[in-house]
Amino acid sequence: MEPILALTVAIFFSVSIYLMLSKHIIRILLGVSIFGNAVNLTIFTSGRVVREIPPIIPLDLSVPDGITANPLPQALILTAIVISFSFFAFLLVLAFRTYQELGTDDTDGMRVAEPKGEELPPLGY
Amino acid sequence: MAADGQWLTFLALILPFLGAAAAPPLVRAFGHNAAWILALVPAFLFYHFAGFLGIIAGGQAVSGGYRWIESLSVDFSWYLDGLSLTFALLISGIGTLIVLYSGGYLKDHPHLGRFFSFILMFMGAMQGLVVADSFLMLFVFWELTSIASFLLIGFDHRREAARRAALQALIVTGAGGLALLAGLLVITLATGANSLSALLQSGDALRQAPLYLTALLLVLGGAFTKSAQFPLHFWLPNAMEAPTPVSAYLHSATMVKAGVYLLMRLNPVMGDTVLWETILPIFGGTTLIVGTLLALRQTDLKLMLAYTTVASLGLLVMLTGFGSEIAIEAAVLYLVAHSMFKGALFMVAGSVDHETGTRDITKLGGIGRAMPITFAAAVLAALSMGGLPPFFGFLAKEEIYAGLGFGSNWSTLVTLVALLGNALMFAIGFAVALKPFTGRFIATPKTAHEGPVLLWLGPVVLALCGLLTAIFSEISHRFISTPMASAVAGESVSVSISVIPHVGLPLLLSLATIGLGIILYLAIDRGRAAMASLLAAIGWGPDRGFDQFVRGAVRISAAITAIVQNGRLDIYMTVTFIFLAAALLVPMIGFGELPEMPAFVAMHFYEATILVIAIIGLAAVVYARDRLTAIVSLGIQGFAVALLFMLLGAPDLSFTQFMVETLSVVILALVMTRLRLSPADHRPLGQKTLDFSVASLCGAALGLLLLRITQVPFDPVLSEFFAANSRVIAHGRNIVNVIIVDFRGLDTLGEIAVVMIAGLAILALVRIRAGRPADKPVKEA
Amino acid sequence: MRTLIFRTTAPYLASLMVLFSIFVLLRGHNEPGGGFIGGLIAASAFAIYGIACGVSPVRRALYFHPTAISGFGLLVSACSGLLSLFEGVPFLTGIWTEINVGVPVDISTVIAFDIGVYLVVVGSITSIALALEEREHA
Repeated sequence: MEPILALTVAIFFSVSIYLMLSKHIIRILLGVSIFGNAVNLTIFTSGRVVREIPPIIPLDLSVPDGITANPLPQALILTAIVISFSFFAFLLVLAFRTYQELGTDDTDGMRVAEPKGEELPPLGY
Repeated sequence: MAADGQWLTFLALILPFLGAAAAPPLVRAFGHNAAWILALVPAFLFYHFAGFLGIIAGGQAVSGGYRWIESLSVDFSWYLDGLSLTFALLISGIGTLIVLYSGGYLKDHPHLGRFFSFILMFMGAMQGLVVADSFLMLFVFWELTSIASFLLIGFDHRREAARRAALQALIVTGAGGLALLAGLLVITLATGANSLSALLQSGDALRQAPLYLTALLLVLGGAFTKSAQFPLHFWLPNAMEAPTPVSAYLHSATMVKAGVYLLMRLNPVMGDTVLWETILPIFGGTTLIVGTLLALRQTDLKLMLAYTTVASLGLLVMLTGFGSEIAIEAAVLYLVAHSMFKGALFMVAGSVDHETGTRDITKLGGIGRAMPITFAAAVLAALSMGGLPPFFGFLAKEEIYAGLGFGSNWSTLVTLVALLGNALMFAIGFAVALKPFTGRFIATPKTAHEGPVLLWLGPVVLALCGLLTAIFSEISHRFISTPMASAVAGESVSVSISVIPHVGLPLLLSLATIGLGIILYLAIDRGRAAMASLLAAIGWGPDRGFDQFVRGAVRISAAITAIVQNGRLDIYMTVTFIFLAAALLVPMIGFGELPEMPAFVAMHFYEATILVIAIIGLAAVVYARDRLTAIVSLGIQGFAVALLFMLLGAPDLSFTQFMVETLSVVILALVMTRLRLSPADHRPLGQKTLDFSVASLCGAALGLLLLRITQVPFDPVLSEFFAANSRVIAHGRNIVNVIIVDFRGLDTLGEIAVVMIAGLAILALVRIRAGRPADKPVKEA
Repeated sequence: MRTLIFRTTAPYLASLMVLFSIFVLLRGHNEPGGGFIGGLIAASAFAIYGIACGVSPVRRALYFHPTAISGFGLLVSACSGLLSLFEGVPFLTGIWTEINVGVPVDISTVIAFDIGVYLVVVGSITSIALALEEREHA
């Protein structure tokens, strides 16, 4: 299963990076969202995969019965999903507000912080 | 040394810094009279160090200190011999007078407290520098003097000239300090010594080390910048932008002498080589002549003195490097004499400026009657500077000529250089001391009258010292000159010269100097005009070069910034991802760590279906032409991932992913009703190809990395620990949840804080209203 | 989206989802579930309610400002960790005790911590969703 997941992860990363290299802010955001999934899948796969047995201890035992899925990457990813969602929401609102202020969704037009043809810093003392 | 005295010396070293902290409140309480209290700090230092005179005159050295960083063998340690003791006494003694003088000079200045603070800080740094034993301490104090002098020179920071001078001094001397640090490290490398006392006992080790040349050049880089040797002299005259007490202190006895101190200190272990005895006299001699000639050109009293200081430093470097014992004695005598007369003359110049409102020598005349005490101090100091008996300067001058002589072509040349330099300094010294006070009275911006005691005490005491030390030369030689000269020479020498002239070559040369000096004094106006036209003809100087250097640095940085940070997000992203791909692929290929070709894996039909759905979703996101398709496709790939989690034994992840994807789709839909997805990807084909290649390369690199990771043996220690203890210790059967809320609870606490902060930030972003007039003046108009 | 059917069913749907979210939260320690998932379910419930009936009914129903809920959750989580200090064990160590209310019930600082997580997620994400919806209808 791992090789196939590695291939899937490669496709996820390629698509998200391709979208992020665009100049349109909405496409970049879609890329960021997919990037989060790609990263989560990477963490998940590197903890090795087991089919269908969740890491839950049966009611009458004190340790899991036999092999279960690896709980550690799951715990890492679970919080990562929520945090990446929060940041996705933040980026979305940021993009939206930028669009409202600057009237463009093209990153080439967003030159407030780094304007074109910026003057030299003062040469005196 | 006596252990009980150790803490007193330590106290003496930190006391100036404590005084610096106490100065502002004291000034607030007592006004300018706080000077009397603050002067107790250097006075205590003087008293404390004077207590060592007896021991050190007996030929011993005093050392002590505390371990500082044991593991790096860094000590807070000091080493007092004749050389450091003389410097310590000059610094604290003149420091006392300067603190008092500052109280008078800056009487009503609003930032007097700050000034005292800076000057005491500087005093502490200088004091630490000359008594430091460990190399690291030497370097720290060395740079601390640069920083403190930056603050002092730029004290009047509202004037651009002061800011420029401060920055210039900091850059030049700070860079020299870095060279010194490198030099000290090389010395440690070559000899294994990491303190001066250890180095001084290493004998010939450094001279014979293959790294000698490197060490020498680096150390000279430090010494020559600090001591303003040509062509690095330009910062010193510019530093006259500082208030006069600063000039009198930094440029007579302390800051600029630090370089000379370093050379004298290292003379026993680095001197006596052909290189040393060539480089030092050449640079020193050039500085002497250039300094005096430039001094001739000036009309500002302080600038005249500043350039003669440059010249005197040149003379000292020349004498230190000449190599004969008597030359070293002469250097020692001249150093002490110079500290006294130059300090006095700077203070005189300051008093004249303070009382008349001008420092221009052509606009001053005949104020001697109004300021008799200052006048007397000026004349006494000038007599010492000119080398007339019975003043300490005379002893120095005799010894200089005795030390140089006419033994060879080389020494004849050096003697002539010294003669010319001394004659020029004679002329300028008397010009400063006599011109303003004698001759026809010229009306000045303020009506001249004698200043308060704070203003004339310093110059008078220093000028009288120049006289008394010479008259009682036996005592001053026994306690000061002989121990210091012995320390510099590295062997026991004895200084015995007295004020009674004895006929010989030195006396003849002295007389020649005086004769030539008088002629130059009378012709000083013509000399000034000649120098002015010469300098105008040359045009360029290192001072202007500094400006060009600074401007060039700013331009080059701006140009580099414009290339590296060009404001194009797509370029930043492309570069970042290219580097990401390279950082992953190059080591993997270079070290043969590429994963093996995996064997064919059997997949269940439903797993394959989910993966196909995910890939279709991804493709649809890329090709989406309207917002609805994009949102739905994004949802599809997200739900596919959630299903994948479900099938691979992660129900918690699956639920979370489902909920998050749902919410993502909802908020995307909310925002996208306002923000349009442009119907097509506007990138030109070339750009698309490049982006596609970069993206594929990155994707492939990350995929290969993951494949390689899954091919190494898995270390299940952590997972097994959690599985084994989840129910037993933490009473939970859902191991994932137990890890989140119990085993790794602190991480989770941090993470929910992040979630909350993100929520707050979004709220803030939404609430900021668009189009406030302050932000958009253009649209308003 | 504001159809009559949606508007009518949304409050019931939302309340059911909130109930379900609490169930998921409480069973989280032993079965799939927990504060994060529960919080997300509840936040979706409020988001749906908001889309269907507008933001102000949701705000009224919540009574507290979502950010305040979120802040309170963070406080609960942090304080649940402090309790362990009295036992002389490190910050956030779980402490368990059993009380009998007819049937024996385990209560622990860990549950309090998870409830804190739940509240933070509910509060933050609801506040995001409501803020965006508010713009929508403004």
